[in-house]
Amino acid sequence: MTGVAVHLNGLRRTFGTVHALDNLDLSIEPGEFVALLGPSGCGKTTALRVLAGLEDADSGQVLVGGEDVTALPANRRDMGMVFQAYSLFPHLTALANVSFGLSLRGRSKSAGRARDMLELVGIDSFADRYPHQLSGGQQQRVALARALAIEPSVLLLDEPLSALDAKVRVQLRDEIRRIQTEVGTTTLFVTHDQEEALAVADRVGVMRAGKLEQLAAPSDIYLTPATPFVAEFVGLSNRLPGTVVGNEVEVLGTRLPLLSPASSASVTALVRPESVVVEASPTGTGRVLTTSFLGPISKVTVTVGELLVVAQVATDRLGSLAPGTPVEVSLAPNPVALA
Amino acid sequence: MAEIATTVPQRVAKPPRLRGVTTLLGTVPFFAFVTAFLIIPTLVVVFGAFAGDEGGVTLANVKALGNSYILDAFGRSIALSLISALVGAVLGALLAYALTTAKPEGILRRTVTAAAGVLAQFGGVTLAFAFLATIGLSGFVTVWLRETFNFDLYANGVWLFELPGLTLVYTYFQIPLMVIVFLPALDGIRPQWREAIESLGGTTWQYWTRVAGPLLAPAFLGSFLLLFANSFSAYATAAALVSQGSPLIPLQIRGALTSEVLLGQQNVGKAMALGMVIVVSVVMTLYTLLQRRTSKWLG
Amino acid sequence: MAGVIARRARKQRAFRWTVLIVLGVFFLLPFLAMVEFSTRDPQTWPLLVNWPELSERYPALSEGILASLLQASLTALLMLVLLVPTAVWVRLRLPRLRRLVEFICLLPLTIPAIVLVVGLAPVYAWVNYFLGGSSVTLVFAYTILVLPYAYRAIDAGLSAIDVKTLAEAARSLGAGWGTVMWRVVLPNIRSAVLSAAFLTVALVLGEYTIASLLNRTNLQVAINFLGKSSATMSVAVSLTALLLAFVLLLLLSLLGGRRRRASAVEAAPAVPASVAAKESPL
Repeated sequence: MTGVAVHLNGLRRTFGTVHALDNLDLSIEPGEFVALLGPSGCGKTTALRVLAGLEDADSGQVLVGGEDVTALPANRRDMGMVFQAYSLFPHLTALANVSFGLSLRGRSKSAGRARDMLELVGIDSFADRYPHQLSGGQQQRVALARALAIEPSVLLLDEPLSALDAKVRVQLRDEIRRIQTEVGTTTLFVTHDQEEALAVADRVGVMRAGKLEQLAAPSDIYLTPATPFVAEFVGLSNRLPGTVVGNEVEVLGTRLPLLSPASSASVTALVRPESVVVEASPTGTGRVLTTSFLGPISKVTVTVGELLVVAQVATDRLGSLAPGTPVEVSLAPNPVALA
Repeated sequence: MAEIATTVPQRVAKPPRLRGVTTLLGTVPFFAFVTAFLIIPTLVVVFGAFAGDEGGVTLANVKALGNSYILDAFGRSIALSLISALVGAVLGALLAYALTTAKPEGILRRTVTAAAGVLAQFGGVTLAFAFLATIGLSGFVTVWLRETFNFDLYANGVWLFELPGLTLVYTYFQIPLMVIVFLPALDGIRPQWREAIESLGGTTWQYWTRVAGPLLAPAFLGSFLLLFANSFSAYATAAALVSQGSPLIPLQIRGALTSEVLLGQQNVGKAMALGMVIVVSVVMTLYTLLQRRTSKWLG
Repeated sequence: MAGVIARRARKQRAFRWTVLIVLGVFFLLPFLAMVEFSTRDPQTWPLLVNWPELSERYPALSEGILASLLQASLTALLMLVLLVPTAVWVRLRLPRLRRLVEFICLLPLTIPAIVLVVGLAPVYAWVNYFLGGSSVTLVFAYTILVLPYAYRAIDAGLSAIDVKTLAEAARSLGAGWGTVMWRVVLPNIRSAVLSAAFLTVALVLGEYTIASLLNRTNLQVAINFLGKSSATMSVAVSLTALLLAFVLLLLLSLLGGRRRRASAVEAAPAVPASVAAKESPL
């Protein structure tokens, strides 16, 4: 099954003085997995719910597979939805929950298909359990199976992992991606966790105040953020003062290419910790302040004059970078965004 | 500076068994009081039902319950309770549902809920007099109907003091009680279920018959049972309205207590009381079981 | 523009107001009728507010009113003195007794007042012997009647503040049990205690069954008796008593409303904690 294209054109939604959606345009290719990322209140959930038909937009269009569904009620749009929590029917078993959508359409062979879906999400052994007998992760798998069982043209996921434990979250997000690839449904995934969005999506849309700031592949979002907001929201950044020289900026003695033109000579550059190189050196201008063991990699905070710089180092180097060690700080020549 | 080591006087811990006893002592007032004024009266009723007038154990009192006038009273009590519970449950559920569609913390819901709390408690003599003032023989509505429409409310007999009237009066506190008891269950219905059904292509009808209906059924049934028990146990309202005869069991018990009773049947009143307790306990047990199911799904 | 959601909201609003208006009329009608009825005799209300003259004309009524006021306050007091320490004590020191205490406190819900009074008659014979036959002795029976509601309110209050942790913290700082009770627990369950007191007063003011069948007097008994001689006055007194109860319970609802509905269905296996229910004092 291949998915359909989805277009959100010029969506506007205002609550009083707040613009939940501010002329939002979003296009999703057939079979594509797009993640909407942003802080709470940015409008990502509103956008999803308008697409689902659970909320009305004040103006704008929703096109699914070329068809204008803006005026269609939610139960006539062919969408499958997975909610953050609480959406399983408590009085039905997992199997009954999954086959529910099929039974609404009067399909008599629903039990077989329901079992296939439970197998697809990996919990067919729990088919006869009730929701209160399942863990959070298991419940969300059932919810996913239930949404997919009706073979929707679009799959909508509203922060499905936010209520789960960290470890389950990581495990389940990979599962969701695997399943989506296998089934091929066009998918819109909303989250506030940027690591999650970057890990699973084909393209990530970063939203703020009802607008889309950037819609691009995860690597592009991370390496070449289009706006200062995206640069600061996604990943960690050091804010370091720099001087503009032509189309480069000089920071801590290194010339770095600029992602976008500067508006003044004195700027603040956003430098990623992995671009900061720290070498123990008796003549170094910097000094190690603290170190943070994070497993495979670690973070080292260094003072350079009045500046605090966070660098990412391989853990096996931590031994030579004890607090107080004088170090030489330099930057890798990666392009940087400006704040 | 040399200090004489002073030992802080240690509180020696009491040996465990002794400590348990002194702790228990703290609950003696409560248990003594409850024994005197709750347990003993209950036992009086339970044992008195089987006590003969001259002492000794007998089943005569229980057998006396089979008398037609007592059976009729039981029947009428049950009928009254069933009908008032049914009307109260249905109308109360509608009102409760209407409240859930309003803003949760809004003034409307808070006021109506508070009013329901008051009216559910509002019973007895004051309620009876309120209805007398409304549709009594010279009540406000009675007079208005007679003067405006030439319609005599009591052309076919004064039904206010009989079962139809009692049913009407009882619904006055049954409906608010239903609202109080049923509202938490309605609040437990998560909006995600409705949205999930919509995203799966279901209609409103399917939502109510396949999801919300089955989920609310235990709560509705439980609340209905509670209303039944409430109505069955009620005394004061009926006592104030019905001065002649004893159509209901509580009024029969009144008769037994005020010695409107034949000699040799003094303990029949206790047997009737025991009968009432059994009915109410059965109903309340069923209610508790249903509540457990409800809190599992909607809690 | 779809507005499907908006349409549904409109339909719900129409339904809501229809139900409220229809039922609202039904419930307000008796109140209006009582106002009309009681004013048929223009002397009724002026007499009601004139206490000395009222006591002279209707001695039974003033006696009943005073008796009820006394009963209400004494029952509230007895309930608090008996129940609060026990509830706290059981929670902190005797958790195994908790089920038993809860069962006992909820027992009056299964034993209607009319049944209880049958068994109380012999017990009150003893009470009469030791303390005389005054109406104030009804306080003992009334305390039993309010047990379920008061216990629920206090228990909910204790749960809400996690009394166990507080007590352990205080003990670890060196407090004795008396201090724990007085300075740690009590100040934190003020609203629960207040709720229990309000409920008690409302219930006692509305009680009729036990008072009348034990041949004592209180407000409701007096009103009933009054109905035989002066219809308008009895309705006026009823209305006043009602409005009083309304104000009382309204205050209680606003007070209890501040407590979140923390698992309302669980917290009310038999009866909602903050608002009286099931057994109206009928």
